[in-house]
Amino acid sequence: MYRYDEFDHAFVAARVSQFRDQVERRLTGEISEDAFKPLRLMNGVYLQLHAYMLRVAVPYGTLDSRQMRKLAHIARTYDRGYGHFTTRQNIQYNWPKLSDIPAILEELAEVEMHAIQTSGNCIRNVTADHFAGAAADEVADPRPYAEILRQWSSVHPEFSFLPRKFKIAVTAAERDRAAIQTHDIGLQLKKNDQGELGFAVWIGGGQGRTPILAKKVRDFLPEADLLSYVTAIMRVYNLHGRRDNKYKARIKILVHETGVEQLSAEIEAEWQHLKDGELKLPEADIAAINAYFEPPKLAPRAEGWGELAAWKKSDPGFADWVGRNVAPHRHPDYAMVTISLKPIGGIPGDASAAQMDAVARLAEEFAHDEIRVTHEQNLVLPHVALADLEPLYRALLADGLATANAGLITDIIACPGLDYCALANARSIPVAQEISNRFGDPARQAEIGDLKIKISGCINACGHHHVGHIGILGVEKKGAELYQISLGGSGDENASIGQITGRGFEPHQITDAIETIVDTYLAQRSSTEETFIECYRRIGADPFKAALYSSEAEAA
Amino acid sequence: MKTASTKTKVLTANRLTDGIAVWLGANGEWTTSLKEAFLARHDDAVAAIEAAGQQALDDNRVVDVNVIEVEETEAGPRPFRLRERIRSDGPTIDYAPAFTAGVSHAA
Repeated sequence: MYRYDEFDHAFVAARVSQFRDQVERRLTGEISEDAFKPLRLMNGVYLQLHAYMLRVAVPYGTLDSRQMRKLAHIARTYDRGYGHFTTRQNIQYNWPKLSDIPAILEELAEVEMHAIQTSGNCIRNVTADHFAGAAADEVADPRPYAEILRQWSSVHPEFSFLPRKFKIAVTAAERDRAAIQTHDIGLQLKKNDQGELGFAVWIGGGQGRTPILAKKVRDFLPEADLLSYVTAIMRVYNLHGRRDNKYKARIKILVHETGVEQLSAEIEAEWQHLKDGELKLPEADIAAINAYFEPPKLAPRAEGWGELAAWKKSDPGFADWVGRNVAPHRHPDYAMVTISLKPIGGIPGDASAAQMDAVARLAEEFAHDEIRVTHEQNLVLPHVALADLEPLYRALLADGLATANAGLITDIIACPGLDYCALANARSIPVAQEISNRFGDPARQAEIGDLKIKISGCINACGHHHVGHIGILGVEKKGAELYQISLGGSGDENASIGQITGRGFEPHQITDAIETIVDTYLAQRSSTEETFIECYRRIGADPFKAALYSSEAEAA
Repeated sequence: MKTASTKTKVLTANRLTDGIAVWLGANGEWTTSLKEAFLARHDDAVAAIEAAGQQALDDNRVVDVNVIEVEETEAGPRPFRLRERIRSDGPTIDYAPAFTAGVSHAA
């Protein structure tokens, strides 16, 4: 993985020292809250309902065990013993004292981490496929390009005061695990007919109150042109993006209002001035960054094949876990393991300090010291020998980390909602917990199959409800919580925005409503092979609406 | 039924140093317990807590100062809005077993 050079160390240390001074001056009253707020936000510090919240960047979701141990240490020392992994592959602490945050940032800097650009109207943490560097279906590791974008965008003077926040995601496979079509810029690393690397470039995707899927503006941008072309996009957005209305300030609105053809033409015109300049990526620089992401040397471990079969036969729980949470690696003797942070009835994305330490220890022992955070709020060990799966499973089980539900109905994305968030209108976590408990039986989950439920506690859509197969949006109506359901959303390569079913449901009704939807699917599916989203796309919303609202119609 | 202007109000904020939710108490100090909050039952009292809030903001003791409406119950003041009830009672979920176990152990 990437290691800080002298410049990086000096840059982050200087930033910590600068923020320490700002915090000290704030605490002594030398600077007002109005002056301080933008400064703290630039360092990932929010004020939530109960306390401050610190959002720490995990660039493209990649961590090693030393970093994970530090995250555990911070949770234990400065917070209440846990952290919350987010849909931007970051981690949030919910209870840090403002007076402690400079010390926390100093500790993070020791392990080459920081909280810069995890908030504010700048280019946020660049996300990537959580299986990057291990997946069999990728053309190359997308993370070196995410790292190049990270270096280029860090405190970029031209792009630190954009009309609104800006999110970039990179994937390198046809199967999109990074949700690139819901990003301001989505990049798909690919090869052309000559075998050269380049990018399909998508712009103008986003969720929030106006969900829009991105439009493709380039089918193949040579890799050397990455920064010049992204700069051209940023310049056009920075110039024309609306600053009069924060709800219309994202690039998606600019693309929508201007039209993708005209905007592409403007980007191309801007790019003509840039493409042969200093932003052109030299081959040597690309190679130098790529060298940091050299895959671990994976020794042949063919013995795992036979062992795995025997273990699966003797332990159905292990077999279920392998079936759901273990995916093929590009090395046939290895696998990619998803560590579910969705225990049945638990809080999506939360991990205790003890669990973080356990993951760090297991990554060292079994996974070549690599850990990933997924945008679906789980963790991944990307390089595990098949021969090590059984001992790994036993160890995960002991720490409550072996829930076999990746991609199932209980693998729910949920934002912090009104339990923590100052913007929220309704709670998300208790809704996720009740659904998880209702469907927690392993046989029932397996019967239902792949189904993504995503829950947001307000229209800002941090819980990605627009792209949930079943999306749930909490709103406040007459002082009470109400939950709207949308169906048919998807954040993958066949991206779609879910459609609202109709009137919302009260907290005590929402789990029953989800069950009605699931039962309708089970009754309507053409076979057990047809997934929920496939079934929905075939039969449409009407059977689900009829099931949800028929009793109401009869009563009326 | 009471009109909006005669509803009981309390002053709430977050403490500057650690962000913890606090309410202005009858003794003029900020307290972490809503039960100890000063109940402003008429316009003059509301004006007084608003002034106290502005002063505490100016003195850099608290941030995000707000006057909120509460209902007076036998168990103490109860905010009308769920958001404010959650600020008062904490997350409605069992969010940090290790931490809460430590607290009850200490108590």
